Amino acid sequence: MAIKLKEVDVVLVGMGWTGGILAKELSEAGLKVVGLERGAMRTTAEDFSVPRIRDDLRFGSRNDLMQNPAVDTLTIRNNPKQDALPMRRLGSFLPGQGVGGAGSHWNGITWRWSDNELKVRTLYEEKYGKKFIPDDMTIQDWGISYAELEPYYEKFERTAGVSGKAGNIKGVVQKGGNRFEAPRANEYALPPLKSTQAGLMFAEAAEKAGYNPFPRPVANASQAYTNPDGAKFGACQYCGFCERFGCESNAKGSPHFTVIPIAMRNPNFELRTNMWVTRVNKDSTGKKVTGVTYINTLNGEEFEQPAGMVVLTAYAINNVHLMLLSQIGQPYDPVSQKGLVGKNYCYQTGAGATLFFDNHHFNPFMSTGGSNFGIDDFHANWDFDRAKHGYIGGATVGGGMTNGRPITYRPVPGGTPQWGTAWKAATAKWYNSAMSIGSSGSVMANRYNYYDLDPTYKNAFGQPMMRMTFDYKENEHKMGKHVAQVINDLAKSMNPVSFNPASVRTSWTVVPYQSTHNTGGTIMGASPGNSVVNKYLQSWDCHNLFIMGANVFPHNAAYNPTGPVGALAYWAADAIKNRYVKNPGMLV
Amino acid sequence: MKDDGINRREFLKGAVAGSAVATTAAVGLTSAPAEAQQKPAAPANPGYSFLSLDEAAFVEAVVDHMVPADQYSPKGTDLGINIFIDRALGGGWGKGDRMYMQGPWKQGHPNQGYQLPLRPAELYRAGIAATNAYCKKTYSKSFDQLPAEQKQEVLVGLQGNKIKFDSGLPANTFFSQMYQTVMEGMFADPIYGGNRNKAGWKMIGFPGVVAVHAQNIEKFRDKKFTAEPLSISDLS
Repeated sequence: MAIKLKEVDVVLVGMGWTGGILAKELSEAGLKVVGLERGAMRTTAEDFSVPRIRDDLRFGSRNDLMQNPAVDTLTIRNNPKQDALPMRRLGSFLPGQGVGGAGSHWNGITWRWSDNELKVRTLYEEKYGKKFIPDDMTIQDWGISYAELEPYYEKFERTAGVSGKAGNIKGVVQKGGNRFEAPRANEYALPPLKSTQAGLMFAEAAEKAGYNPFPRPVANASQAYTNPDGAKFGACQYCGFCERFGCESNAKGSPHFTVIPIAMRNPNFELRTNMWVTRVNKDSTGKKVTGVTYINTLNGEEFEQPAGMVVLTAYAINNVHLMLLSQIGQPYDPVSQKGLVGKNYCYQTGAGATLFFDNHHFNPFMSTGGSNFGIDDFHANWDFDRAKHGYIGGATVGGGMTNGRPITYRPVPGGTPQWGTAWKAATAKWYNSAMSIGSSGSVMANRYNYYDLDPTYKNAFGQPMMRMTFDYKENEHKMGKHVAQVINDLAKSMNPVSFNPASVRTSWTVVPYQSTHNTGGTIMGASPGNSVVNKYLQSWDCHNLFIMGANVFPHNAAYNPTGPVGALAYWAADAIKNRYVKNPGMLV
Repeated sequence: MKDDGINRREFLKGAVAGSAVATTAAVGLTSAPAEAQQKPAAPANPGYSFLSLDEAAFVEAVVDHMVPADQYSPKGTDLGINIFIDRALGGGWGKGDRMYMQGPWKQGHPNQGYQLPLRPAELYRAGIAATNAYCKKTYSKSFDQLPAEQKQEVLVGLQGNKIKFDSGLPANTFFSQMYQTVMEGMFADPIYGGNRNKAGWKMIGFPGVVAVHAQNIEKFRDKKFTAEPLSISDLS
């Protein structure tokens, strides 16, 4: 029997970026807020100090900061005809766990997604005609515009300490930035990071090819910084231990040293760690939620936390899982195409080449999560003619380094023996003489890519696991083929001794690691007929339930998702404190 | 290498098996292997916590074959890769502490990843036994007793799934895990028992856990950066 606790105004499920933002904003507005985090407390001093944090085996290979599949994982398959099987160890993506969530061990790349994405169906239909969008491609407009989000993008960028160079300020193209980005009101919070040799060589080659290279925007502070909330950042040390690691100098914008401790200093906010939320509770009408039920993972005790408002702020997959477990809204069925919860799960695709030189030193260990140059000519560039290639969406291409950690980073030319003296000779020779050109590609929503509850497998709490059905479709194959060609042409133009060419990903596999950019499942939109939440991320079914995270994205762009995740959290927080609290009900 | 390894192993086995009748097993263990004392199997071998005698011989042979002594680094056992593997298998990772291990068990499609009902240490143990059984059947010797060309043949056969184990254990799944641990043992921080003297890092020029490159990234752009690598222990 669950122990019933005293009612609070707001309960937040999960304490990463979105939980932290909501905790700070809503407690400052005078609301009594409880934040529930399934993992442990994390602080820079205790958890991310040098030398312990520089442990590639523990954090890089064994995923010590991530969700533990022994407790909860999901089942996976490529299509509805297959039996889904559990993802028995982490691979393709790495959901975070613990205070700060994945926001404490991301690379920090922070983009603004523009109307190209937010109005995707309208714009493609206008430019290419309705027939250009395949029947099974279930893309839709998001119900929000870039102009509405612009101030919130800026707010998030300043909170997270994003370093970069503006490419378009109020419609005026800026030299050195991304000329294809949507207009910004102001420059980035910080100037760009120092460039690596690989980044500069990529930029030079891209420019020669007629593209428009720019330093990628990233929440790695290029110099010491104090954000508008007073959180202090150290300058990035280019240590090469960024993604999968916490930052010892607080140079990587992370919620565990910004929004969360600020909220914790407010008596209106209470953080409870090691608390696993098992469901969101509804009242008898089903039109309102009443709070959440959770388990203290330290002793198994069950609690019910009544709340006037519930905000789901967990990892994207876990937010959708909680909706399905709580039976809020109708689960999506790909056959009848009825129901919405679980619909439009999307991922990302990619391709990369490794280039080997005999006359360069790249020092891959001197790098950050985002010290790269990129081009957006085949993604945000709306003038890029997709008709020629027959696909929707696009890919960003980048060159540079993120790390030189040798358990996994040991580039050698294709065909090199995998052990013995010849392997050692090649490994020693090329470690410092190779660089890569990579890409990240969008994935358009498809009728047959979705989540539902698994009929067979259960997690440690006896609850049905999430089932993920996903594969790349023809649209992604065409795009992957095109971008691989772009990469290989660039690689050739740089005259390496040799290069391992980029190739298209045809089918999704759970190994190896690819990207933790899982989107969709509780998508946003303009009407309850096509979306789970409205433009304020408010549930159409229960007006006192809000759902944050990339799970609200109706499709996935080539960009990393954290920019709009953060911006939408600030946007929703404003709507909650300025409008909803004064007059609870549907905001649309 | 002759038969030194196997003699010592058989002797140790006999000493343990005979302990019920011997006055104390310790007498036999300390007095007899004079030969082993003169020629220790690996310098500074701190002893095994998980691997049995046959398993240790197999792992030592694998790591010395994959990482031979040459101008790039000392051999695998001198790097402690065998010790790294022993500790990894005996610890939480070997016990599958971060793996979902509930049935039902189906092999599924390769895209669905690892689906065996074996934790890493169990897979290692079963794989070594199956490989040695295969070697005895094919070459009349255990893996560690094979000449280098035949070791190579076996490893390639495992990797490419050309070798089929009678038990049904997929050879390449065992191989992939074993290969991963050899690489980890060569390149992980020395705190885990491998990469002794940071020889794996020295081989490639990885500076280790050094914290500060902000002052170097421009200074050493397109220039070789050399530094004595630092490990967790060096900074602790």
